[in-house]
Amino acid sequence: MKINDVILRTVTKIIVFIILTFGVELFISGHNDPGGGFSGGLVLASALLLLYMTYDIETVHKGIPFDFKKIAGLGVFLAVASSAVPMLFSNQFLTQEKGDFALPVFGLTELSMVLVFEAGVALTVVGVVVTILLTISEDVS
Amino acid sequence: MIIPILILVPFLASLFVPFLYTYVRSKKIGWMVLPVPLILFVILSLQVPKLASGENLFHTIRWLNAADIHFTTHLDGLSMILGLLITGMGTLVVMYSIYYLSEREALGRFYMYLLLFMGSMLGVVFSDNVLVLYVFWELTSVSSFLLIAFWHQRKNSRAGAKKAMLITVTGGIGMLIGFLMMHQMTGTYSIQEMIGMAETLPTNDLFIPAMLLILLGAFTKSAQFPFHIWLPDAMEAPTPVSAYLHSATMVKAGIYLVARFIPVFGESELWFYSVTFIGLLTLLWGSFNAVRQNDLKALLAYSTISQLGLIMSLLGIGSAAMLDIPGVDKTIYTAAAFAGLFHLINHSTFKGALFMIIGIVDHELGTRDIRKLGGLAVFMPITFSIALAGSFSMAGLPPFNGFLSKELFLEASLAVRHLGLPGVHTWIPIVAWVASVFTFVYCMIIVFQTFFGRQQQQPAWVDRGAHDPRPGMLVAPSILGALIVGLFFFPNLLGKWILKPAMAAVYPSFGNPESLVVHIAAWHGLNPALWMTIGIIFVGTILYIFLRQWRRIYTVSPFSWKIDNIYTLLLIQLEGNSYHLTNKYMTGHLHRYFTYILLFFIAMMGTALTFVWRLTFNFSEDAVVTINEYILVMVMMAAAVAILFVNSRLIAILLNGVLGFTVAFLFVVLRAPDLALTQIVVETVTTVLFLLTFRFMPDWKKERPRRPVKVLNAFIAVATGLIVMITALIVQGNRLFDPISKYFEDAKTLTGGGNIVNAILGDFRAFDTMLEIVVLLIGGLGVYVLIKLKDKKGGDGNENQ
Repeated sequence: MKINDVILRTVTKIIVFIILTFGVELFISGHNDPGGGFSGGLVLASALLLLYMTYDIETVHKGIPFDFKKIAGLGVFLAVASSAVPMLFSNQFLTQEKGDFALPVFGLTELSMVLVFEAGVALTVVGVVVTILLTISEDVS
Repeated sequence: MIIPILILVPFLASLFVPFLYTYVRSKKIGWMVLPVPLILFVILSLQVPKLASGENLFHTIRWLNAADIHFTTHLDGLSMILGLLITGMGTLVVMYSIYYLSEREALGRFYMYLLLFMGSMLGVVFSDNVLVLYVFWELTSVSSFLLIAFWHQRKNSRAGAKKAMLITVTGGIGMLIGFLMMHQMTGTYSIQEMIGMAETLPTNDLFIPAMLLILLGAFTKSAQFPFHIWLPDAMEAPTPVSAYLHSATMVKAGIYLVARFIPVFGESELWFYSVTFIGLLTLLWGSFNAVRQNDLKALLAYSTISQLGLIMSLLGIGSAAMLDIPGVDKTIYTAAAFAGLFHLINHSTFKGALFMIIGIVDHELGTRDIRKLGGLAVFMPITFSIALAGSFSMAGLPPFNGFLSKELFLEASLAVRHLGLPGVHTWIPIVAWVASVFTFVYCMIIVFQTFFGRQQQQPAWVDRGAHDPRPGMLVAPSILGALIVGLFFFPNLLGKWILKPAMAAVYPSFGNPESLVVHIAAWHGLNPALWMTIGIIFVGTILYIFLRQWRRIYTVSPFSWKIDNIYTLLLIQLEGNSYHLTNKYMTGHLHRYFTYILLFFIAMMGTALTFVWRLTFNFSEDAVVTINEYILVMVMMAAAVAILFVNSRLIAILLNGVLGFTVAFLFVVLRAPDLALTQIVVETVTTVLFLLTFRFMPDWKKERPRRPVKVLNAFIAVATGLIVMITALIVQGNRLFDPISKYFEDAKTLTGGGNIVNAILGDFRAFDTMLEIVVLLIGGLGVYVLIKLKDKKGGDGNENQ
C-alpha cells in the first residue's frame, strides 16, 4: 500500500530546518537560559528522526552520509578529551576555563571550554538516539 | 614532568602500532617499535647520576582533589632498578622478537600488547598514589593475559591465560582492599606519606589485615607458594613474552611492592615471618619441582618461581633490620635486602638469557623436551656458551654474577640465627642450602642434557640442520651474557650507582645510605658461606650423576603433590554451582525480574523510612498546590488507571504518552523549562520507538495468574506506590544533611553560566555527565550489537547459553 504523504513531505522539508535551528539555538543558549547539550542534542536527533520517518533511510543517507555510531563515539571522545586538556596545564581534570573573545559578526563573545564538553554531550545524544532507532527499524524492515 | 611522559609514551605507541601495521605488514614493524623502549632506557639511564647523589624525582599531576587521587610519580632508587629492567629488557626482547616471530604471526597485535604491558609496568613502579598503582597493576595482569593467549587458537594458551588472570586479579583485589585500609589508617593514598607515618601504624586494628592483603597481592603476582601454579601454565606464551613478563619484569612487581612497603610494615614481626617463610617455601618447592620437568621451558618456569622465592626471602630477612631488637647488628640484615636487590638484577640477566637460548633451541630444532635433546654444543657453539654462562650463574658458580648474590644469600641465611626470634634458629640455612643443591642440579640438567651426551643423535641434528641461529637473534642473549660476566667483575659499580639509592629508598629511616651498601667481593675468605657453596657443588654433582636413580621419589607423596589439582577442583565446583544457582533465579521471565527489583526496593526503602526517618512528616515547608496542578495530577491518575483496563496495546501506548506529556506540562507549571523540554522530546522519541516495534509485540492477552501470584502483585504495586509517595512527603520536611542547593546558588560567579541546571551538568557534576554519556554510548552500541549480531537462524527463544 502506497501512502499518499505529499503534505507530510512538503511540511517536513521546511519544518526540519526550523527544528534544527531550534536545536542549535537551544544548545548555544543553554549557558544562561533553558537548553544545553542534552536537550539540544535530543531536538537535533528528533529532527533527523522526522526526516527518516518521512523519507526512507537510503534517501536520507544520501544527503547525510554519516555513520551515527561514529558520531556518538566522537561525542564521547570530545567530552573526555576536553576534560583531560586542563591536566596538560597543571590544572585538575575537568577544570572549565572561559574567556572573552572579540569575534567578527558576534562582537565581544564569552567562550568557555564547557562548550566543547557540551558539544560532546550533544553529539553523543544525537549519535546514540539515531543509532538505536535506525538499528531497530532496519531490523524491522 | 619527565616521568609521567615516560609512562604515557608506550601507551601512545601501542595505540599507533595497529595503524602502522596496516601499512607495514612485515617484520619491519619490530624495528619501528624498537626505538620506544630504547629511548626510554636512555632517558632513564641519564637520571642515574642524579639519583646516586641522593635526589628523588617527584611530580604530581592533580586529578581529583575531592577523592585525593592524583597522578603522582616518584622516581627513586628502587623504582629506578625496575624502570631500567623494564625498558632495558624491553629493548632486548623486542630485538629478539623481530627474529623469533615469523611474518605470519599477528605482529601488530603482539607489539601492541607488549607496549601496553611496558607502559602499565612503568606505571606500577613509578606511581606513588596507591590507587593509580592498583590500576596499572591490574593493567599488567590484563596485558599479560592477552600475551599468554597470543596464540589463542590453542586450548592450553587460553587455559593458561585464564589461570594467570584469575589468580593475579584475585590477589590484586585483595591488595586494593589492603590499600583502602591503609587509607583508612593514614588518610592518604601516597606511599611516601604512609612511610612518613609508619611509626604510628602498628597499634592500629587494621594494620595486620592491611598488611596481609597487600602481601596477598604481592605473592600472587610474584608467583609465591601456593599461588605459583599460574606461572608454569603461562609458559604457553611466545618465548620472548616468557623472557620479558614471566621472568624479568612482571613477576618482579610483587617483589617491588614488598620492598616498597618494608618501611611501612618492617617493624612487624608477622611481616618478617610471612615474607621470609613464604619466600623460603617457594624457593624450596620451586627448585625441587624444577628437577622433575622434562620440558625446558617448564623447568625454567619452576626455576623462576624458586628464584623469586629466594629474592622474597632475602627481602624478608632484610626487613628484620627494622625490627626493634636490642643488641643486634643491623647491617647484616640490611645486607640481606641489598643482596635481594642485587639478585633481582642478576636474575633478570641470566634468566632472560636462558629463556632466549631455549627459544633459539626450540626455534631451530622444533622441540624443547630434554629427553629428545642432547649433544648440541658442537653445532651451536655460541648458543651453548651463553647457556653455560646463564646456567652456571644461576647455580651460583664463579666467574658469573649469580655466584656473588648466592654467596650473599647464604650469608644472610646464616645471619638470621642472631635474631633470637622463636622458630628461626637453624632451619633457615638448612632450607637455603637444600634448595641451592636442587638449583645446582637443574642448572646442570639444562647444560648437560641439552648440549652434551646423546652422541648417537648427532646425525639426526645434522639432517635437521642444527646450527647457531642468524646473528640478529643472538644479539640480545649475547648482551645479557656479557652482563652476566661483566657484573661478576665489576659488581661495585652497580652497588654505587644503582643499589645505593635503592637501599636509601628501602630504609629511609636509616640515614646515611653509604653504610647500607655492601662491598661485594668475589673472594671473601674461607667463611661458612663459601663452605656451604662447596658443599652444594659436591652434593649437587653426586645428585646429578645419580639423577636417574632417585628421580623415582617424585611419584611418592608428598613429593608428587600438585597444587594445580586444588585449583582445578575449585574452578569446576565454582562453575557448576554458580551455573545451577544462577539458573534458579534467572528464569528469563520479565515478570520475575520486576518482582525481584521491586521487592528489594520495598524492603530497602521501607526499612529506611521506618527506622531512619521514623515516618515523621513535616508539611510546613511545602508549597501550596494550585488548581492547575490538581487538574494535571488528576489527568495523570486517570491515564495510569485506565492503562490497566484497556483491551488494545495501541491505546495503552497512547495512554502512556498522555502520562508522559502531562508530566511535561507539570514541569512547565512548576517552572522547570529544562526538564519540560527534555521530557517532551524524550516522550516523542519513545513514541516513535514504540511505533517501530509495534508489529513485533506479541498479542495483548489477558493473563489469568493464580491467586497467590495475584496477591503478591497487588502487594508489590500498592507498597511501591505508597513508598514513593511517603518518600516524597518525608524528604521535604526532614533533612538528614545540609541541603547542597546553597552551593549552586552562586552558579553565575563560580561557573559563569546563568542556567543553574547546565552549570550543574557541565561544571559542578561534570564528571557524572561525562560518565553518563559514556554509558549512553555503551548502551547504544549494545542495542546495535544485539540486533545486528543476533542468531540469524532464529533460535528457539531460549536464552540458555
